[in-house]
Formats: sequence, structure tokens, C-alpha cells
Amino acid sequence: MGLAKRIIPCLDVDNGRVVKGVQFVDIRDAGDPVEVAKRYDEQGADEITFLDITASSDDRETTVHMVEAIASQVFIPLTVGGGIRTCDDIRRMLNAGADKVGINTAAVFNPEFVREAAQRFGSQCIVVAIDAKKVSAEGEADKWEIFTHGGRKPTGLDAVEWAKKMVAYGAGEILLTSMDRDGTKNGFDLGVTRAISEAVHVPVIASGGVGELQHLVDGVKEGKADAVLAASIFHFGEHTVPEAKAFMAAQDIEMRL
Amino acid sequence: MTKSVVAVIDYGMGNLHSVVKALEHVADEHTQVVLTSDPAVIDSADKVLLPGVGAIRDCVGEMYNRGLVPAIQRALKTKPFLAICVSIQALMSHSEENGGVDCLDYFQGNAFFFGEEHKDAQGNRLKVPHMGWNQVSHKMAHPLWQGIEDNARFYFVHSFYVVPNDKNEIAGTCEYGHEFCVALARENVFAVQFHPEKSHKDGLQLYKNFIHWDGKPA
Repeated sequence: MGLAKRIIPCLDVDNGRVVKGVQFVDIRDAGDPVEVAKRYDEQGADEITFLDITASSDDRETTVHMVEAIASQVFIPLTVGGGIRTCDDIRRMLNAGADKVGINTAAVFNPEFVREAAQRFGSQCIVVAIDAKKVSAEGEADKWEIFTHGGRKPTGLDAVEWAKKMVAYGAGEILLTSMDRDGTKNGFDLGVTRAISEAVHVPVIASGGVGELQHLVDGVKEGKADAVLAASIFHFGEHTVPEAKAFMAAQDIEMRL
Repeated sequence: MTKSVVAVIDYGMGNLHSVVKALEHVADEHTQVVLTSDPAVIDSADKVLLPGVGAIRDCVGEMYNRGLVPAIQRALKTKPFLAICVSIQALMSHSEENGGVDCLDYFQGNAFFFGEEHKDAQGNRLKVPHMGWNQVSHKMAHPLWQGIEDNARFYFVHSFYVVPNDKNEIAGTCEYGHEFCVALARENVFAVQFHPEKSHKDGLQLYKNFIHWDGKPA
């Protein structure tokens, strides 16, 4: 009995298609976003995250229509991230049917935006996305830094301190992506996941690096994540959501089966 | 044949789109779902749904600012009424959120904060907000539970929970650190802490039950 850990398939969407790259390069096509979202909904996914990775702002309208199409057919929580920079962007996504928005780069450049967004729309719909990279050398105390622009630009911000600050500013949830692991299939960075999960009182979603089902278990058990996000293991038919849930439940993790 | 109108009250808060879409998804051809902030439409509707996302002060404040409270109070006395998420708290006497807010006092009792150091029986810290899918245990037979298994999971996002004075009004509970009330029922009114519109098949079933409900408790 109790609250279940969540499995969240993630749709990285570029030019109207679900794509998946390895460490943000080498993109592969994985289908139409609405079809993919419906498939995960039918499989029993606990939420869906839609990340608009389109660089140009011209395509934002396409994203709004896609979110509308998904939200009218999928009755589980939907988070939309990518290019959320103003309260108007948030309003537009919520009106299109998103339940939460992910704020990433804009939070780094203007932390007050997170505070304003949480006050206006409620913390429950403000997810702060953190892209972290390990910067400590072998033998040093672990240290992770925040990167922006798809992992290319360092900010000098300590990831754990940043997460605490974002929660103090009103973030209702943290989506933590390890830039070292994203797309590698080597598993989550459990160190940074656990450090942040233990440092904040809001739920933490682990992301970046899932290549096999045991990684999901490790994210929850060792990383102390409240939810696990994965893309390619589901997109390309290696595993289904029910398989992942059964695998996790078999290791005594509370799941919604 | 005239259609049965379900009025979803728009008080400028929250994700109304998903509530309306979910109701439309389960509505039959005899049902019309209307999003409204007009007291006259609420008065003439057959059923009323009060959605909710956000903080209690804004929620109750907007209901007053928009002149909706008298129509809501009339609907609470007369027709099938469903309140969602923060709106279950809005129906209580008082909430301790935002430094303390007086609410609509339909259900006598208060809403309390889980606390940032919320723990389970083993002393493990629990995250707040209570976010995700939890099991709802039925505490009474009710038409709105029809077709929904006891302990089915629903989607929650909240940091405050309600404690009614009259335990006989508790329709469902959940376990998170301690057992707490997540559904209240009295006469023609049903209120839930979770989001049916985000709770997949069981949530849609609850909306379907509401659309077909005659407002009698059993």
C-alpha cells in the first residue's frame, strides 16, 4: 500500500517527430508524437514528458497543436518542456493541455522566473529541469555542475545547491538529467541523483542513461528517485512499460501495475 | 430531447482543459459539458463540477472576486456536485495554507499541511507534495465508486489534506505516512483530493459515474 514510483517515457520532439540522440547528437527518428504518446498511455505509463528540442521558435505553434492533440486523448499527467521562457509560454502550454511545464535554461539565466511562475500557476506545475555534469576529478569529493544549451555551456553553478535554490523558489519537482550518461545506456548517475533527492523535499525524476531495466531499479533504490524517465528503451521496442513495471515490482518497488 | 448540462466552473485557476476534455470523452449524446464563469449558467445547469489546481487563497479568493460563491452555495444544496483537488479543501471550513484561509464551510473541518519533514512509520522521509499514483480505499458504498475497484490507484498532487469533523462523511482514504481522507460525500455532493482527469481508466470511470449520477448518496 502506498505511493507508487513512476515510470515516465520521454518524447524528445524535433520538427514534429519523436527523436532520440546519443548525448544530444546522432539523432534517430522514433515516430509521430501523438501516436507514441497514445501507445505509452495504453501501456500504463504513469506520466508522459514532452520535450520540444526544436531550436527555432517558428515551430512552437506546432508544439502547441501537438500538445493539444495528445492532451485530448491521453488521460495521464503531461509535462511539456523546451523553450519555456515566460509566463505567457506557461499559460499557452497549460491551456493546450499540459499539466506541468519544465523550465531549464530560463531558470539559470533568471531564477526569479521560477518564483514568479510558481506564484502564478502553483508549484505543482513547475518542474525545474537540471542538466548536470560531473566536474570533480577522480579521487576528489563528488561535484556536479549545471550545464545549459544541451550540455554545451557550463554555468559554474553547483548542481545540489542549485536544486535546493530552485525548490526554495517554488519548483514542485526536479527533473535531473546527467549529461554524462544521457543516451549512453550505462545507467543513471546515481551519485548526483541521490545527492539531490536527499537534499530537497520535492520529488526528483532521474533521467539520462537508461539502457536496461535494472537501471530503473537502481535509480529508485540507490538514487532515491521518486520517478524514472527513459526514452530509447521504450521507443525502439526493446522493452514495454508493463515489462519495466513488472521488473521493478519484482524487486519490491511499489508500482502501479 | 434537451441535453443534460454539466457546468465546469471557470474561476481562472488550474488546468480546466483537461477536466473538460475528460468529461467530454465519457459524455454520451445526452450530455453537454459547459465551461462557465456565469452564475446564471451554474444555476441552470443539471450538474456542477468545481475543478481545482493551485493555492487555496487564490482559489477561494477568485471564487469570491468573480461573484461565483452564491451560485456555488446554491448548487451545493440542490444538484449533483463534484469538487476536485484543491476544491475539496475549498469546501472545508478552513485551510492552514497561505497563513490560514476561511473556506466555504460545506464540510465542517479543516485542511492541514503534511509538513516538510513528513515521515512514514519507519522514519523514512516522505516527499511533499504527495505526488503520483496512490491507492484509494473506499470507506462507503457510493454511486461514484461504481465500477472502480477498492484500492485502485489515482493521481495526486497536493501538500495539504482534509480532516472532516464528521468521520461518516469520509468516502475514501489513502496512506502516506498516515491514513488521511481523500474523498468526502454528503447527500448530492462528492469531493476528491485526486485528479480523475489524470487518473486514466479509473478516473474516467468516476467522471462517467458523475455524469450518470442522480445526486442520491446511495
